[in-house]
Amino acid sequence: MKMLIAMSLALAAAPAVAQTALPPAPWADRQIPDADQERAAKALMETIRCLTCQSQSIADSNASMAADMRSQIRERIMAGEKPEAIRAWLVSRYGDWVSYAPTADPILWPLWAAPLILLALGLFLMRGRIGRRRP
Amino acid sequence: MRRILIWLPLLLFAAFIGLFASGLFQPDDRIIQSRLVGQPLPDFDLPAAASDQPGLGSRDMAGGKPRLLNIFASWCVPCAVEAPQLMALKRAGVAIDAIAIRDARSDVDAFLARNGNPYQRIGLDARSAVQIALGSSGVPESFIIDGRGRIAYQHIGDIRADDVPTILARLEDAR
Amino acid sequence: MIAEAGLAALWLAASLALLQLFLAVTGLKGGKAELLAAMRPVAVGQGMLTAIAFSLLITLFLRSDMSVLLVAMNSHSAKPWLYKFAGTWGNHEGSMLLWVTVMGVAGGAVALFERALRRDTHMATLGAQATISLGFYAFLLFSSNPFARIDPPPTDGQGLNPLLQDPGLAFHPPTLYLGYVGLSVAFSFAVGALLTRTVDAAFARAMRPWVLGAWILLTLGITAGSYWAYYELGWGGWWFWDPVENASLMPWLAATALLHSVTVLATRDGLRAWTIMLAVIAFSMSMVGTFLVRSGILTSVHAFAVDPERGSFILALLAIYIGGALALFGWRIGSVREGAPFELISRETLLVVNNLLLSVILGIVLIGTLYPLMTEAFGHKVSVGAPYFDRIAGPIALVLMLAMAAGPLTRWRRDRVPAVAKRLAIPAAAGAVAAVIIATLAWGRMGLLPLFGLIVAIGVGIASLAPLWKRKLLRTPLFTWGMVIAHLGCAVSLAGMACDSAFTVEKLVAARPGETIRTAGWALRFVQIMPLAGDNWTALQADLAVDRGGNAVMMRPQSRFFTSPPTTTSEAALLTRWNGQLYVVLGEEVEGGRWQLRIWWKPFVTLIWLGGILIAFGGALALIGRERRGWLAKWRARRAVA
Repeated sequence: MKMLIAMSLALAAAPAVAQTALPPAPWADRQIPDADQERAAKALMETIRCLTCQSQSIADSNASMAADMRSQIRERIMAGEKPEAIRAWLVSRYGDWVSYAPTADPILWPLWAAPLILLALGLFLMRGRIGRRRP
Repeated sequence: MRRILIWLPLLLFAAFIGLFASGLFQPDDRIIQSRLVGQPLPDFDLPAAASDQPGLGSRDMAGGKPRLLNIFASWCVPCAVEAPQLMALKRAGVAIDAIAIRDARSDVDAFLARNGNPYQRIGLDARSAVQIALGSSGVPESFIIDGRGRIAYQHIGDIRADDVPTILARLEDAR
Repeated sequence: MIAEAGLAALWLAASLALLQLFLAVTGLKGGKAELLAAMRPVAVGQGMLTAIAFSLLITLFLRSDMSVLLVAMNSHSAKPWLYKFAGTWGNHEGSMLLWVTVMGVAGGAVALFERALRRDTHMATLGAQATISLGFYAFLLFSSNPFARIDPPPTDGQGLNPLLQDPGLAFHPPTLYLGYVGLSVAFSFAVGALLTRTVDAAFARAMRPWVLGAWILLTLGITAGSYWAYYELGWGGWWFWDPVENASLMPWLAATALLHSVTVLATRDGLRAWTIMLAVIAFSMSMVGTFLVRSGILTSVHAFAVDPERGSFILALLAIYIGGALALFGWRIGSVREGAPFELISRETLLVVNNLLLSVILGIVLIGTLYPLMTEAFGHKVSVGAPYFDRIAGPIALVLMLAMAAGPLTRWRRDRVPAVAKRLAIPAAAGAVAAVIIATLAWGRMGLLPLFGLIVAIGVGIASLAPLWKRKLLRTPLFTWGMVIAHLGCAVSLAGMACDSAFTVEKLVAARPGETIRTAGWALRFVQIMPLAGDNWTALQADLAVDRGGNAVMMRPQSRFFTSPPTTTSEAALLTRWNGQLYVVLGEEVEGGRWQLRIWWKPFVTLIWLGGILIAFGGALALIGRERRGWLAKWRARRAVA
């Protein structure tokens, strides 16, 4: 099945030839000296979806726009911005789609409720099947 | 109760099949629209991208008349493809500004010499920062900015000949 | 000629499948169980014909016969032979032919070797298998003919995607397909048992080897796929919760649940309806996965050229088979009597908990994967990715691991809490000690999920060995060994996942040749960067002399350029040590003669796949152990008669 990902990656990689010749943005592939800030930036980048490659996070993408986004995120974290504020800012531009972490938008409530519903349904099906018949 | 439970899997399955079928026959739509349509243009001030034209700031876009803001790059093939349509829009009297994404001045000059220059001002966005602030997800894209500096419309992808009337009408609406 | 012969073999196989279905229906309606004898050669012949068709397609690929459309589209004469061979199934048509081939061969095996089932159930099973095959034959013959010619033939082919030109990948998809087809056999057994109202322990014992075999192959397939993504994609990740990955995970989750419920059915004659339901779900997940991957309705999936016609075909097959089976379930299951309830403290209860939690995880993965599709119907685009799956499925999986530790230490039928607690005391104590040590050393530096993951892995790892405690190891049955090793594999894999996410050290640098990079106790001296030519690619290769105090070892990450089709891939360099892997990727050139390097030190990451291999190995031991018993029993029975 993995081969399919590969194929889609390759499709995404094909236009890479047409990508810009400019050097990558300064903080695209450079770590923030402060380890805590870098960890926060990295965690955020892993949950932001790449716009030009569709099915990867910007942390896992070679696309130039993903690199620019990584750089921007690192710069804003260094400037003291909170990761969730940056996520909200991106969501206000690109919609919930850009965040791999589902937001609290009402349309996503059923998704968050799904595990509870499934567990309840399972327990309901189990009722009567398990019990202490004989002491 | 037991009867309902017995048929529940089939019902759920039918729902899934319906979902799959709708997904299959829906037009394949992977376009991410900017959420800023209807909102004020974010503030920016970009240096000049071409040798003999001024840079672009958000203030320049609020001059009382609607303008077309084209996001392009010299390294992008569809951008060259849409150039004749932009020239046609210019001839129709549309004021067009541009933001060049991740570009170099010499490349932009060569691109304009090759494909014609429909632009009044061109800002250079070397790190896609303004592009991201606009909620634009690639090149080329075109935004219609009304006279009060609001984003009225977003066109994603290259402008084809049959898109020109729509864009003219939207510009008229934004007046 | 070869292509035409292949097509003819396929048509013949399809007509035999039709005959097989006809015999099954006649036999079942007329109560003529002796027709089973006639079905055997038909099923075997069908298996042989599909095998012939598939070998002919392989021949066409090996010969690079560009007059065949499929070869021209997916192969290239300059490719190494292994990838010509693997190219046979690296495309839609070829992989569907592989699917029907495995299905045909498996059908032949069911016809030949199955002896424990009642004859009418056996007939119904073969009939169901023929029905499924017919759908896939129709798919191949009417909409995806692998043997179609192209006129005029091109001078050379378009080549196989370079990312797929990898030995690991040559055998990864067929492993998964074998697993899917094994689940289709289990599905046929379930349909056969429902049709003839024989859902009982004998049926469970007949179905179990197929479930176990499919599960082993799915485990291997997912493990291999994960390792492939890890080293080939060059980002150090081993699981991305991508729809395509989820599509391969869902059948595995269902098969794991089925494997355990079928054991309850075989041993205690309980969970009858539930086992049937799981068999249907497991196969439907294989088909849903195939559908999601090929229809292109979820992003990531532009994979096998997006084609609504193929998508609708698979959707129609899915609707007919699974809808039909679920309708049959609703219609017949009322007459299947459930056994007496289980005692609260018993192995049965823990297996039910296992099934409940696995099903919940399966539901979460399914809903999470399809949710973007649902909201899109309302015009709202969302993404569901790792943060959701980790946060929701992660904790449930940890609870599941605890149940897994307790299950084998609890007796069938009835047990007592103090007795179970006593058996669990040592593993629990070990887990507690581990918890104290890890928490003091790494509190605040690791996430909660990896922290608990590591603690659970240690406790469960010890608990999984406990069934061997105080037993004569050589006289312990093979299937007990299998269970112990498979459960241990789960703990090992979990430990690897937790270590990777908690302790990985990342270093991104732009370095010049001559510089030395230090990270996580390693020193990497960037010696040089040189161009290099391979079979059908050229590359830039960085040479790094790597050491951590001892002798230096060379690591050589590459950036490869392929010409047919034109693509760039990065080949990571991996250095495996007992306590982890060093992972180096060569990036682009940045200004000033510096090259971007991505370096990760990943402690104990290899445990993830070692665990996967242990799980599959344990499954194989259990399969041999169970089946050998069956063979011995048959042999003794025959001697007793004689």
